[in-house]
Amino acid sequence: MASNAPADNQSSQPSYLDYKGKHKGIFAWILSTDHKRIGILYMVALLSWFLVGMTLGGLIRLELLTPGETIVGPQTYNAFFTLHGVIMLFIFVIPGIPAVFGNFFLPIMIGAEDVAFPRLNLLSWYLYILGGILIIVAIFLPGGAPDTGWTFYIPYSVRTGTNMIITLTAVFILGFSSILTGLNFITTIQRMRAPGMGWFKMPLFSWGLYATGWIQVIVTPIIGITLLLVIIERVFGVGLFDPTLGGDPILFQHLFWIYSHPAVYIMAVPAMGVISEIIPTFSQRTIFGYKFIAFSSLAIAVFGSLVWAHHMFAAGMSDAGEFIFSFLTFLVAIPSAIKVFNWTATLYKGSIQLDPPMLYALAFIFLFTIGGLTGMIQGALSIDIHLTDTYFIVGHIHYVVFGTAGFGIFAALHYWLPKMIGKMYNLLHAKIAFWIIFVGFNILYFPFFIMGWLGMPRRSYDYLPEYQIYHVISTVGSWIMIAGILYMFINLLRSVFVGERITTRNLWGGETLEWSVPTPPPLENFEVLPDVVDGPYEYKNNDIESEEVK
Amino acid sequence: MSSQEHAASAHVHRDDIGSKMGMWLFLFTELILFGGMFFMYAVYRFLHQSDFHVAAKSMNVLIGTTNTAILLTSSLTIALSITAIQNRKKMLSLILQGITVMFGLVFLINKYFEWSAEIHHGNYPGSPELISQSPGHILFFGLYYVMTGLHGLHVIIGMVVIMFMMRFTIKDIITPDNYVKLEAAGLYWHLVDIIWIFLFPLFYLIT
Repeated sequence: MASNAPADNQSSQPSYLDYKGKHKGIFAWILSTDHKRIGILYMVALLSWFLVGMTLGGLIRLELLTPGETIVGPQTYNAFFTLHGVIMLFIFVIPGIPAVFGNFFLPIMIGAEDVAFPRLNLLSWYLYILGGILIIVAIFLPGGAPDTGWTFYIPYSVRTGTNMIITLTAVFILGFSSILTGLNFITTIQRMRAPGMGWFKMPLFSWGLYATGWIQVIVTPIIGITLLLVIIERVFGVGLFDPTLGGDPILFQHLFWIYSHPAVYIMAVPAMGVISEIIPTFSQRTIFGYKFIAFSSLAIAVFGSLVWAHHMFAAGMSDAGEFIFSFLTFLVAIPSAIKVFNWTATLYKGSIQLDPPMLYALAFIFLFTIGGLTGMIQGALSIDIHLTDTYFIVGHIHYVVFGTAGFGIFAALHYWLPKMIGKMYNLLHAKIAFWIIFVGFNILYFPFFIMGWLGMPRRSYDYLPEYQIYHVISTVGSWIMIAGILYMFINLLRSVFVGERITTRNLWGGETLEWSVPTPPPLENFEVLPDVVDGPYEYKNNDIESEEVK
Repeated sequence: MSSQEHAASAHVHRDDIGSKMGMWLFLFTELILFGGMFFMYAVYRFLHQSDFHVAAKSMNVLIGTTNTAILLTSSLTIALSITAIQNRKKMLSLILQGITVMFGLVFLINKYFEWSAEIHHGNYPGSPELISQSPGHILFFGLYYVMTGLHGLHVIIGMVVIMFMMRFTIKDIITPDNYVKLEAAGLYWHLVDIIWIFLFPLFYLIT
C-alpha cells in the first residue's frame, strides 16, 4: 500500500485495546477516561443511531412511493420525519466526527497523551447516551412521538399533545454534551500540543476541530436556552413565545436558527478537516494552500454564525435585514470555494491512489459542490421566496449534510478504522459499496431539486399525481443507497472480527503523527513524546517533488 | 495477553492554566445562555415599552437592592478565601467560603419572600389576573420569573460547588500549592454575581 510505511510495528507498551486497568469487562470501557476508548464508545452508539435514522428515512421514502396512504397514516408520518431529523442531526452528524474521530485522533495528531479534561470527556459521552435514551422514551410514552419536525417551531410545539417536553430535554442534554466536547478540544489544542508543534504545523483536521469547538461553545447555549424556554412555557404556561400570551414566534425562529445554522458548520467543518487529511495522503502531495485551508475553517465559523436569518426570508423581516443576510450568505461561498479549489489543486500532479477513503473524499467534493451551489440559489432573495419549504431545500440539506458530514464520516471510517482496531477491511468490497452508495445517493436526492423547483412542498404526507414519477425514482434510489450502506457496514464489521491483522504503523503513507505510533496505539499514545520539526504534509519520497527540485 | 493489571499511567497531568481556560470557556457558554434571555428582554421591551414600564413599578426595589449588596459582598468573601489559601491560612479560607454560602442562602430567602409577595398579588404565570393584563405585562413577568428563577438555580449550584470546595479544603485536596479548583469555583460565583448585576437594573430600576 504505502511506500514509506515503516514495517516495524513493535511497541514497548501494550495497545490501548490490550491494556488491563482496574476495571474489567464492559466497565473497562464505560468507566475508561482514555480518549481512544471514549472515541470507540461514541462510534458504536453513533453508528447504531445512524441505522435507526436511516431506517426512518427509508420508511419516509416508502410512504411517499404513492400519493395518499402507502404504509402509515399522517400522524405516524409526521413522527417519522421529526424523529429522522432529530436523530440524524442531533445524535448523528452534530457529535459525528468530533466525538468519534476527534476524540480518538486529535490528541495523537497534536502529540498529546490525552485530551485536556478526560473525565469531562467521559461525562459528555454519558450525557450523549442519556439524550438518546430520552428520545426513545419520548417515542413510547403515552402521548406519542413528537410531530413538530426537528425545528420545533412555535406555536405548534407548545400546543401539540405529543411528548415534546422529553424530546426537548433530550436535545438540551445533547447540546450540553456537544459543548463539553468543544470546550475540551479548544483547551486541548491550546495547551497540549507537542513541543515544536506550532499552530501552522498542526494537521488540518485539528484546525477543523478547533474552529468547530469555537462554534460549539459560542452557539450551542443559544439552542439550550431557547428549548429550555419552550419547556418552561409548556410546563408552567409562562408567556415567552406563544402569541396568545403576547410572545413572538418569529423571535423563536431567530433564536433557533442562531444555533441551527452554525450547527451545519459543526457538521461540515470537521468533515472538511478529514478530507484535508485524506487528499494529501492519497495523492502523496503537500496540501496546496495550508494556511488558506486553516483560515477558511475559521472564516466559515465566523461568517456561518452570521447568516441564520436566511432560513426565514419568507417568515417576515425588513428588506434591509433580508438584503444583509442574503449578502452574508453569499460570503460563506468564498471560504468554502477556497477549500474546494485547494483540494483539487493538491491533486494536480499527485500520484493519486484510489483507495476507499479517497473515493469517499472525492465524492465529498462533488456532493459538497452541488450542495453548496444549490445553497447559493436559495441565498438569492427572489428565488428563495419561490423555493421556501419545497423539496429543493430538502435536497439541498441532504447534499450538504449527508454529502459532507455523512460522507466525511464514511471517509474517516475507511481511513482510520483500521488504525483504531488494528485490522483491515476488504478493499474490493469497500470500493463496490462506495459506488452503490454514491449512485443511490444521487438517484435518491437529485429528484428532490426537480420536484422542489416544480413546487412539491416539504414534509407533505400527500401530493399531486404529477409529482409521483420523481417520488418513485427517489424511493428506488433510497433502496439502492440503503443496500450500499448495509454492504459497507457489513464489510467494516467483518473486519472488526475476522479482518486481517495490520503489521505496519503507516497504513496509507500519511505524514501526520497518528501514523508514527503503533497500530493500534498504546495507552498513552507515544512511547516518547514527539518533537515536531516538519509540517504535517511533507512527503519526502515524492518523485514529482524531487523532479521539481531538480 | 496477561490477565493482571498493567501499571498505572506514568504521571498525572496537571495544567492550571488549561483548567482555568476550560472554566472560562464554560463561563462563556453560561453568559451566552443568559444572553439569549437578555436578547429576548431587549426585543420585548422594544415592542412593549409602556407595558414594561408599568409592570416594573410593582417590583420591590428594597429587596432587590438588599440582594444586590449581599451578592456583591459574597463575591468579595469568595475572592478573599482564595487569597487566604494562598497565604496558607486554611481556617480563614474555610470560614470565608462558609460565609459565601451563607450569603447565597440569605439571597435565596429574600428571593422566596419576593416571589411569594408577587404570587400573592396574582402575578404568576397562568393566573387569571395576569392573563387579563396587556401582552407586555405578561411577557415582563414571564421573563422575570424565568430569568431570576434560572439565576436562582445558578445560585444554588454555586452554593453546592462551594460546599464541595469546603470539603476539599478540609481534606487538603485544595492546598496553598494547588488551589485551582477553588479559583474555578470563585469564577463561577462571580458569574452568578455579574448576571445579577444586569438583572437588577433591568427588572427593578428601569421604571
